[in-house]
Amino acid sequence: MKKAMVLACALALSLFAAVGPALAGNLVVYTALEDDQIPTYLESFKKAHPDISVTIVRDSTGVVTAKLLAEKDNPVADVVWGTAATSLLILQGEELLEGYDPKGIERVLPEFKDSASPVRWVGIDAWMTAFVVNEIEMKSKNLPHPQSYENLLDPKYKGLVVMPNPASSGTGFLTVSAILQLFGEEKGWAYLDKLNENIAVYTHSGSAPAKLAGTGEYPIGISFGYRGIIQKRKGEPVATIFPKEGSGWELEANALIKKKEIKPEAKIFLDWAISDAAIAEYSKNFAIVSVPGIGSVPEGFPADPVKQMVRNDLVWAAESRERILDEWNKRYGMKETR
Amino acid sequence: MPLRSFFRHVIFLPLFAPTMMHGIGMVYLFGNKGLLTALGLRVGLYGPVGIILSEIVYTFPQAFLILLISLSTSDYRLYEAAESLGADSLRKFRTVTLPGVKYGLANAFIVSFILAFTDFGAPKVVGGNYNVLATDIYKQVIGQQNFSMGATVGILLLLPAVVAFCVEQYMRRQQGGVINARSVPYRVRPDKMRDAVAFLYCGSVAFCIVGLLGVVVFAALVKVWPYTLSPTLDHFSFRYVAGNGLETYLNSIAVAAASAVAGTLFVFCAAYLFEKTRRFSPARRVGRFLALLPLALPGLVIGLAYIFFFNRTVFPLPGGIVLPNPFRGLYGSAAILVLANVVHFLSVAFLTATTALRKLDDEFEQVGESLGVPFYRIFTAVTVPMCLPAIFEIALYFFVNAMVTISAVVFLYPPGFKLASVAIVNMTDAGDIAPAAAMSVLIVLTNIAVRAVFEGVTGSVRRRTAVWMRSEGV
Repeated sequence: MKKAMVLACALALSLFAAVGPALAGNLVVYTALEDDQIPTYLESFKKAHPDISVTIVRDSTGVVTAKLLAEKDNPVADVVWGTAATSLLILQGEELLEGYDPKGIERVLPEFKDSASPVRWVGIDAWMTAFVVNEIEMKSKNLPHPQSYENLLDPKYKGLVVMPNPASSGTGFLTVSAILQLFGEEKGWAYLDKLNENIAVYTHSGSAPAKLAGTGEYPIGISFGYRGIIQKRKGEPVATIFPKEGSGWELEANALIKKKEIKPEAKIFLDWAISDAAIAEYSKNFAIVSVPGIGSVPEGFPADPVKQMVRNDLVWAAESRERILDEWNKRYGMKETR
Repeated sequence: MPLRSFFRHVIFLPLFAPTMMHGIGMVYLFGNKGLLTALGLRVGLYGPVGIILSEIVYTFPQAFLILLISLSTSDYRLYEAAESLGADSLRKFRTVTLPGVKYGLANAFIVSFILAFTDFGAPKVVGGNYNVLATDIYKQVIGQQNFSMGATVGILLLLPAVVAFCVEQYMRRQQGGVINARSVPYRVRPDKMRDAVAFLYCGSVAFCIVGLLGVVVFAALVKVWPYTLSPTLDHFSFRYVAGNGLETYLNSIAVAAASAVAGTLFVFCAAYLFEKTRRFSPARRVGRFLALLPLALPGLVIGLAYIFFFNRTVFPLPGGIVLPNPFRGLYGSAAILVLANVVHFLSVAFLTATTALRKLDDEFEQVGESLGVPFYRIFTAVTVPMCLPAIFEIALYFFVNAMVTISAVVFLYPPGFKLASVAIVNMTDAGDIAPAAAMSVLIVLTNIAVRAVFEGVTGSVRRRTAVWMRSEGV
């Protein structure tokens, strides 16, 4: 009994001792990239820079952002990699980002990077709104797949459609903001009013609608393209449909964290993260990457993905965010469950 | 009653499983494509119904733990006395049993209420559009990065804890020690009718729990739920998912073990000092209040507060003095996870400890004092052995909770030291439900194994120290 306790105490102490120093001399990278993508990307980095050790902290966009904001006084992260640009805009507002032009920044399309010089953030790829539809359920209900936002309003889809709550999900917000930009604010809200009639549930996360569609819980999920395509690859009976009117989209972007001692390795990492080799890796998963002319469009995406994107003013979206969410909550926040 | 110890173990199963597992199980049973829904049982899972169902499962073992400790230490002499006075069983129940467990009953009620009030997992998965405070905090903090609004909602969540403390204070005045130096433990007499009813009840409870978790085990073993149900073990390899091999799993075990040891030592000593010493009464009351507080704190709040506190380099004091933060080193080490777990799960452990201690008569201390035996001798020779069952329950409680907890540690785990429970959330977020289910199954099995080891190793100790439970008093 006593021995066991001494042993356990020693274990606790050694844990404490072992993990602490591991942080020094190590590049800490915060990211919201998908777990199944990170190892392949990092392999490419290891090949180019075998001497730099990288520690990845991965979580959902919201958690990564909250963590960075909470650590503001004494940042732990050196680099943010592949995290929503709207989140980086919040960090930028808190003066948490250091301007740095990574090598080859001139190749990045202007709408994919900060307008200041040196840039405070630079995009690597974009993800877009898509409907993920369960083929088996739709067939058994004898319903056609919706092809456009307009289609979704059809009363026959009543109670079958799920979309993410824009207050908790980045995907939800980019979809709402795209609809408002696409139709204009007044018509946009009128559209969302009608869509609300057909929505069964507003989910917490942006990938949840796609997952619910995959298991047939709710056959139509408004989610993002990558999710549906991956689920299809894993064997789920889903079709991924990009709406005819165009998709809302958002960038995944990188930034350098402002801190007292900026490690030279951080800049090397950011240089690599928009290099041809890295972009080629991203392009295997994303139809749109920030440097044109690298890789080909992966299976399942529209042939000309750039055309699919609606005109999206990220800065407008970031500035109007609070106003849009307030309005959204007023209209649909207390929706009763059917 | 047959299968008694089996039921006793099954009831703790929900505590052994990550809340995500409950959520997945609920959806697979009662969701729109759920097994029971397919059989015609439509409950309308997404909304209040789903939340209530999940909370019942979630709080059941916690309330059970408190009531078990409370009931298992009742004094048989009272029943004998009641009987010789001609009381029927209903009257015995009303006048002996109920008053005896009053304290435990109130604690169980309060704990369940607060746990359900602050739980975030169930409303997230099955809440649909039904808004509760705990999900609102999440939306404010994680969705909109509005920390101050999150903190405000967090304070609202603390209100029930204040009520709980007041009730606790009131009950404390009502009930002194029940077990004293002359107590005799309760002896169960055979009664066929009662046993049959009890068996039926326990059986159905066990069936619900096993069914709920069983369906997740099943989902972990098939290819694509619910369309391709061919069996596979692929999901246990954890390649290409957030699991990162089995590393996260081993990390979790290390943290859970450390939390169990540190937590039990701390809680039991604190509870002993609060209950069995007589000086500094106001300080003890403040201490008791503080021990109850974490129950009402959402893990999210603990996690962020820890970052704010431990990650500061300096604290500016009034008068221009700057104090360097001596705890800075903890942030970014695994020790902070242990600390967070101990604080996060302090309340139920503390209540279990005080319930057990309260049952012991102060006479033991008084006798010790008058015989000139120092208090630490009484503590090690009488108190600890008599409370051993409670101590083991507390250690186990810390261990299993540390294995499954998410909300606080998700903000605190050091870079490169991910935990299995966090990996499960990441996996479900990424749509890898089957590997998430597989990891959940691993965690449940670990917790069962740890429990078994605990019981095996300590069985002999318990037999030796629980002698008083069998003989005629001490």
